[in-house]
Amino acid sequence: MSLRRTAPVWGPPAAVVVASLVLWELAARFMPVFVLPGPRDVAGALAQWRAAIWYNAAQTLVTTLVGFGVAVVAGLGLGMAVGYSALVYRALYPLLVAFNSVPKAAIVPVLVIWFGIGTVPAILTAFLISFFPIVVNVATGLATIEPELQDVLRSLGASRREIFTKVGIPRSLPYFFASLKVSATLAFVGAVISETVASNRGIGYLMLAASSRFEVPLVFAGLVVVAAMGVVLFAAFAVLERRLAGWAYRGQGTA
Amino acid sequence: MTSADPFVVVDHVTLGYSHQGRVVRAVDDVTLTARRGEFVAVAGPSGCGKTTLLKSLAGLLLPDRGEIRVAGSPVVGPTRRVGMAFQNPILLPWRRTLDNVLLPLEIVAPHRSRFRRERAAHAARAQTLLATVGLDGCGDRYPWQLSGGQQQRASLCRALIHDPDLLLLDEPFGALDAFTREELWLVLQDLWLRQRFTVFLVTHDLREAVFLADTVYVMSARPGRIVARTDVPLPRPRTLEDTFAPTFTDLYHTIRRHIGTGRTPGGVPTEAPARRADDAAPVAAAGLPHPRGDVGPRPSEGQP
Repeated sequence: MSLRRTAPVWGPPAAVVVASLVLWELAARFMPVFVLPGPRDVAGALAQWRAAIWYNAAQTLVTTLVGFGVAVVAGLGLGMAVGYSALVYRALYPLLVAFNSVPKAAIVPVLVIWFGIGTVPAILTAFLISFFPIVVNVATGLATIEPELQDVLRSLGASRREIFTKVGIPRSLPYFFASLKVSATLAFVGAVISETVASNRGIGYLMLAASSRFEVPLVFAGLVVVAAMGVVLFAAFAVLERRLAGWAYRGQGTA
Repeated sequence: MTSADPFVVVDHVTLGYSHQGRVVRAVDDVTLTARRGEFVAVAGPSGCGKTTLLKSLAGLLLPDRGEIRVAGSPVVGPTRRVGMAFQNPILLPWRRTLDNVLLPLEIVAPHRSRFRRERAAHAARAQTLLATVGLDGCGDRYPWQLSGGQQQRASLCRALIHDPDLLLLDEPFGALDAFTREELWLVLQDLWLRQRFTVFLVTHDLREAVFLADTVYVMSARPGRIVARTDVPLPRPRTLEDTFAPTFTDLYHTIRRHIGTGRTPGGVPTEAPARRADDAAPVAAAGLPHPRGDVGPRPSEGQP
């Protein structure tokens, strides 16, 4: 497939962003700065505290990526097992759903008891929160192979493993990438929650410390930094998705 | 085996499957045969076990009773001699059309072990096959860049690329518009006249069955039994004009009457053998094709 011409229409999204900033600035005019700092106050805080922000953002980025990486490996493995075998699916699914229903923020104190405050609970929280969507999506991609297609392959003498590698894996790639985009941003949420509750380093800790000192522009600066990192990671996976599973985006750009 | 033996023998085959805890008998004591190179059509109302019969021929389902023999040996599992195509073309969207056609060669012995080495030769053969069905130059396109009819042509190529002795077709043209369907009848007839594989075509379109087949078997509603066998002695190659000839329509009506016998009064299945219907057999009950429904062009049933 020839890749579609990447002529992004910058107009509408840029207009929305600018309008939002203007609205924010206008709203901030009527509020004290310790309630709602405006965009310019936040930019000022970003510049003023850049060393502290950099130091803590790096910590958050590393814990997020480690937790997310473990979630990708474990989620892929478990998702394949669940999608491959109906028995594993039946055995594990109720537990997985129950596990996913547990509020991850409530687990952090338990993790702290087990591992102390700091990096380890943040990594684990990022892992726990981003793990489930990957499992579900990979399993769905594998479990929804058309029965007729399986018949075609089986009638040729294909083994289950061959059907899995020739059809199952390529077919579940779009599902996998869709889950990566969701999970990557969720992983940041997990890491920041854990840092807020129990850490002395990271953006979550920085925001907690700043708010206790009423440095509200710095709190907002922390939010902006987390959002920016999330957007970058999301975009990276979106690009990867287009490269590896672009066929799933048929219809757009093809007559 | 001697040349006098039928190539395909379905010998008193009974087949059921369990559905929501109950065993449903799909095929009941079916016996039929096909010579090597014969074109057989199995027609019947929907849900009469035609597809189940086809799957058992492919070795995907094993009979509960009876036996299926192909080329003298019992079918006990999938073999390489079979090619299959369905109503839905189910091509892999991440593979180009050519690679979709080549898929069986990556799986079937003995090609699979030397597929990489011989890929160029196989690809050339696939291109030729694609050209035969009117897909010249479409090999580099993705399936979703093809029309429904083109996808079904590619699906036929995929079923034939490994030179199967037995081609199993499950309503392959059912989802196409009438004009495309008739064009593909001619394509299939050309392929068959050239390569003379044995064909089992499952269809509920009696015109299609009469046009393509040497022999038409009619199955009753579930549990599927063979209620009639009709030879179609029309000369080959047949043209679409032939379908309006009196001999063709006579055959069509003869077979159509047998479909009527597959129906049971009140819609309650009985164990009684199928009855012969008189000429005034009532018009099809719910679920059966309307007698005229098969004659004229039908709107497309929606393409994937």
